[in-house]
Amino acid sequence: MFKHFVTLQWKSFWRSASLTSGIFMKIFMGFWALYLMLVMAGGSFLVFSYVKKDLCLDPLQVINQFLIYWVVFDLIFRYALQQMPVINIKPLLILPFDKKKIVSFAFAKTIFSFFNIIHAFFFIPFSILLIVKDGHSAMSVMLWHLGLIGLIFFNNFLNIILNKKDNLIFFIGGILAVLGGLQYYGYFDITTYTTPFFQSLYDTPFTVLIVFVVLLIMVVFSFRSFARNLYLDAGLGSKSKNITTENLDWLDRFGKTAIFLKNDIKLIKRNKRPRTTILVSVMFLFYGLLFFTGGIETYEGPVWRIFAGIIVSGGFLLTFGQFVPSWDSAYYPLMMSQNIKYKEYLSSKWWLMVVGTIISAILASGYLYFGWEVYLAVLVGAIYNIGVNSHVVLWAGAYVKSPIDLTSAKNAFGDKQSFNIKTMLLSLPKMALPMILYAIGHYAYSPNAGYALVTIAGIAGFAFKDAVFNKIEKIYRTEKHKTLWAYKQKK
Amino acid sequence: MIAVHDLTKTYTGNTVLNIEHLEIPKGDSFGLVGNNGAGKTTLFSSLLDLIKPSTGYIENKGIKVNESEAWKSVTSAFIDETFLIGYLTAEEYFYFIGELRGQNKADVDALLSQFEDFFHGEILGQKKYLRDLSKGNQKKVGIIATLIGNPEVIILDEPFANLDPTTQIRLKKIIKELAANPEITVLVSSHDLMHVTEVCERIVVLDKGEIVKDLATSQETLKELEEHFNR
Repeated sequence: MFKHFVTLQWKSFWRSASLTSGIFMKIFMGFWALYLMLVMAGGSFLVFSYVKKDLCLDPLQVINQFLIYWVVFDLIFRYALQQMPVINIKPLLILPFDKKKIVSFAFAKTIFSFFNIIHAFFFIPFSILLIVKDGHSAMSVMLWHLGLIGLIFFNNFLNIILNKKDNLIFFIGGILAVLGGLQYYGYFDITTYTTPFFQSLYDTPFTVLIVFVVLLIMVVFSFRSFARNLYLDAGLGSKSKNITTENLDWLDRFGKTAIFLKNDIKLIKRNKRPRTTILVSVMFLFYGLLFFTGGIETYEGPVWRIFAGIIVSGGFLLTFGQFVPSWDSAYYPLMMSQNIKYKEYLSSKWWLMVVGTIISAILASGYLYFGWEVYLAVLVGAIYNIGVNSHVVLWAGAYVKSPIDLTSAKNAFGDKQSFNIKTMLLSLPKMALPMILYAIGHYAYSPNAGYALVTIAGIAGFAFKDAVFNKIEKIYRTEKHKTLWAYKQKK
Repeated sequence: MIAVHDLTKTYTGNTVLNIEHLEIPKGDSFGLVGNNGAGKTTLFSSLLDLIKPSTGYIENKGIKVNESEAWKSVTSAFIDETFLIGYLTAEEYFYFIGELRGQNKADVDALLSQFEDFFHGEILGQKKYLRDLSKGNQKKVGIIATLIGNPEVIILDEPFANLDPTTQIRLKKIIKELAANPEITVLVSSHDLMHVTEVCERIVVLDKGEIVKDLATSQETLKELEEHFNR
């Protein structure tokens, strides 16, 4: 039976319409994964020797203190990044497949997810080091290790449920936020309770059993909840709720562009997938904290400031912009047969991105706390985003040919998050140029000269907007038929 | 109004459309019939410049569709659900199309009021997005949207499919009225020979991408078509 599922998966991968870009992406992701694995493995050696040699503490006890954070962040990363098992469920339902088999296969797929395997690259070397270098009992370390594996897979299945139950995510998210807050302000230290627990995985053999019992309950629970929802009017179906018609007439002052602007605003408001771009841009706002607080050493170089500035102010621009025109893929033939000037269509998206960037820049004024220089970096980043990156993403968009399912959130097995590693990586090239410009100014003359150079680039891009738009329009026109064809292909 | 010149479309060596010459005069009501894969949708799609023909070209109102876009303001079409915007309500969709075609809300409302019985109370004021409507109701929205903004060419691909009997009869009436207007050219494709002979003055049969029959509709047309497809 499993053979069928595997061949179906195999074929859907190799026969998909977007195979070529898919393969390229997979290779790219492969390198990224390899890098992460190396970092993890290297990290385990570094952590071990740092704790042992420099701090002269027991690495096992120290890591036990921090494991709760590891588990929590693992869950957060999973929720944000891990894709739910996608197999085309509907046609299988009426075939003589046991429903349990369908769910088992989907679950089996998640077990081999990168998000589970990556942990091994840290903990296996670490466990070996504990036994060989530190003289811990092999048996106990194995049990400790097993317990951790159980917790990681617990997260895996918890994430499956969280992805379907919005109430639960608010509940768990709320608890995490409260605990995190209490911890931060020093009212309550969760690690005093969790450290003994992780320690007991090592000390008392039976604790592992508890972990596995809980894991088992979680598996059964998520399995049941999934199997129960394999109905067209439950997990696989769509919920339609009463909605109201909106006018948004106040946008009419934007002239022709307003027609599309009104539509784009509805697009973002009413579809789960574009809505996540808003969430992501909020997350990007906080990304700067990593740089400006000096939290990460490598980010302290001056050039990274401009990088942070671009990211903080450009979260919306980068996440929304990179999928123009795919947002409209579902009805692209309509747009192409209507009396639409590409320029008006594109300028609506452009305005959205500009407004998004300006709002981000205003919200980012909180960074003034770290000094006006930090906020200056954000403002310069915003100018560059508006002037140059807005054009770059539209330009790149002409070649984006993967259709977007706006309502994918409806599908229990569909991917829920539009924010994935792929989208993050693709936005990196837009960062390199301003960093180089800044570096030239910074090292040749002064930091302000660096900012000035980036600003000038931004203003120049803005000044040539019309010319650039004409160029982009031409590309969109030549790519039109290819794009139409690609959007017709189902994933 | 519409002229097709040496049009072919080839997919990986397989010719799916091959029309040497086809002229559709203004005011015509033109029916296209043919089995699956005969090239009906391909023809309509190339007419709308949605696919690029391998050779040849199509003129709409004397404008080559692949060179200028001026024909778009006088042409409207409903091919399939990709012509609907799923996250809009029916009203919002109509107004959106209206704005693209230079019609204000009052114009659109006036037009829609004529089709209240066609909508059968299931379209307007529904508090539902288009994606949550049934296939048939989606189709009603798409068809009526093509009438917004006084188009001179209206293209409907399989308009009768998925519609209930009452709506089919009402739709026939609507198309007949359009056909009677000498300013409007209607192009309809269908698998239902009875419907198409009823509403169209001229019927072209496509078979494997080629025109095999070109008939002016008369009493005998239906019979002739039935014989053709019964071979």
